[in-house]
Amino acid sequence: MLDLLLSFLILAGAAFTFIGSLGLARLGDFYTRLHGPTKATTLGVGSLLIASALYFSTRGEGVSLHEVLVTLFLFITAPVSAHLLSKAALHLELRSLASPPREGGEAAPAQPPGLRQ
Amino acid sequence: MLNIAVYLAFALVAAAFALSCWRLLVGPSAPDRILALDTLYINAIALLVLLGIHLSSALYFEAALLIALMGFVGTVALCKYLLRGDIIE
Repeated sequence: MLDLLLSFLILAGAAFTFIGSLGLARLGDFYTRLHGPTKATTLGVGSLLIASALYFSTRGEGVSLHEVLVTLFLFITAPVSAHLLSKAALHLELRSLASPPREGGEAAPAQPPGLRQ
Repeated sequence: MLNIAVYLAFALVAAAFALSCWRLLVGPSAPDRILALDTLYINAIALLVLLGIHLSSALYFEAALLIALMGFVGTVALCKYLLRGDIIE
């Protein structure tokens, strides 16, 4: 039963890690590419670390809490680095796949400054 | 059964490594390459955790924690350099 749960968690974690990198390799522009690896960090490595904590806690050597440290650190730092990366991309005025908003329309929002098409 | 799952997971994470390396080599802009490096260190953490389960050794968590720390600092430094043209102002 524990083996089944552990195998499921490990496979799910590895699959999400793979899907994150697949998104990084396949998606169209930087802003969509930023979306892929975030899933790899939270879901992929998260479930791998849960599997590891379960595995080492059930070997009879007491509760294993190393993984919680890694998980906590990753979950705190992932949004910060993603925010900084997107700020750098905006600063360099990278091309976006999304079309810019129409000019002159009543409800159209203002043109964001300096986004090259 | 656990062994088969771990081997499959090794294969998936290795494929993830290959895809991130491809993006690191191809990536048209500097933030793309930084993002690829970020993904690479996260893949390395996943690989180390898997190796710890495979070898039943708790030795690898310290390495994983160190890689997480240094990877984050590296990403922040590179982004800071792109944003400001300088790291420590």
